[in-house]
Amino acid sequence: MASQRVSRSVLITLAGLGVVSVAFLAGVQAALLVLIGIGFGLALQGYGFGFTGGWRRMIVSRDPSGMVAQMVLMATAALLALPLLAAFPEELVGAVAPISWSLLIGAFVFGLAMQLADGCGSGSLNKAGAGNIYSWAVMPTFILGSFIGASHQPAWIALGGPLDAWASEPGQSFSLSLMPSLGALGATALSLVLCLLVAGLFVRLRATPQQPTSFWNRQWLKAALVIGILYAVHLAVAGQPWGIVYGLGLWGAKIAAGVGIDLTQDAFWGVAPHAARLAEPVLWDITSLTNIGLLFGTMAASRWTNPDGATHHLSAKQWVVGLSSGLILGYSARLAFGCNIGGFLGGVASASLHGWVWFAMAFAGSVFGVRLRSRLGLQ
Amino acid sequence: MTRLTSISLFWAILLALIALDQRQFDKPRAEPPAILLGSGVAASGGHCSGR
Repeated sequence: MASQRVSRSVLITLAGLGVVSVAFLAGVQAALLVLIGIGFGLALQGYGFGFTGGWRRMIVSRDPSGMVAQMVLMATAALLALPLLAAFPEELVGAVAPISWSLLIGAFVFGLAMQLADGCGSGSLNKAGAGNIYSWAVMPTFILGSFIGASHQPAWIALGGPLDAWASEPGQSFSLSLMPSLGALGATALSLVLCLLVAGLFVRLRATPQQPTSFWNRQWLKAALVIGILYAVHLAVAGQPWGIVYGLGLWGAKIAAGVGIDLTQDAFWGVAPHAARLAEPVLWDITSLTNIGLLFGTMAASRWTNPDGATHHLSAKQWVVGLSSGLILGYSARLAFGCNIGGFLGGVASASLHGWVWFAMAFAGSVFGVRLRSRLGLQ
Repeated sequence: MTRLTSISLFWAILLALIALDQRQFDKPRAEPPAILLGSGVAASGGHCSGR
């Protein structure tokens, strides 16, 4: 008990020192973003909330409790964020992306790979922060994949999309934000109805009466509410939705530039505004700051709840699957305009159609990913 | 290797990389408002959605 108290005091002191250091090096906003990231990490790890496991439980045992909690998260974030986006259009921006082939293919492949990697963007960071060795195998190639995927993203977007005929301008891919046509109230109401319908659909699909399953989990619902509120706070502080993969790609680009790779002619990292971010400290980048905070938050929560324990060694097969699925996760996330956070949550909480399309494609990919995971004998 | 050792190693590497990155830049930051909401300043950060 005394050692636990010491451990907690050390963690709080380290968090305080880290936040003050970031404030000194990069300013108050940067420090606030690290604090918000710590909050995300504490909520994800402390409540055991995640996307990958929730989807797998639905696919394998028709347990909808994870899906219901995720829809509560989407609804909470949309309810809080959409009025803010409507009231402060000059300062705040949402995540709106086109319905492109890159989105459809990227989200499907991401959904498949997240089952092999046993984590999405937030999930892999969450588990890596908590000391999960498998996620440590995933993370380096996730970073590499995000860097390469971003570099190839312009070429993928140039392929257009299936709905380009309805695009507002010739040569552009079709995108749909509900805000301009429905206003904040209409877009919020429709988003909430969609969340309710999707949650209802999964509840209807739950296991048969012979194998009854509860369709909610109190811990995950608490997590959904906390993360949804933090999402809105992040939007107010940063002016943009919470994201994860952009920061990972930037870390990859910085490492590439650091080892002498010339990115000045790169289609993504060589042009504005990304080239400017590459020429700035990583502590100036919004997604990097919340990623670092999230890593600390998950580490703190895991030390808090389970301070002991040994690391487990990985088999050769786990190394191969972990490294390759990380690469695919990172690459596909950039094609899909983000992971479960930047693409799905960010899209839904910005009333952008691409968020829901992302979810449909990624969930379909996860159905195949769960089967492949089983064939590979992954636990 | 205990989990504490491996986590300590992970953070040592991460902090070393951040310090290495920070050392390469010696320019003052035009610091953004602490909270963008209500500041009159437009968002300008990078995001996965393509901005």
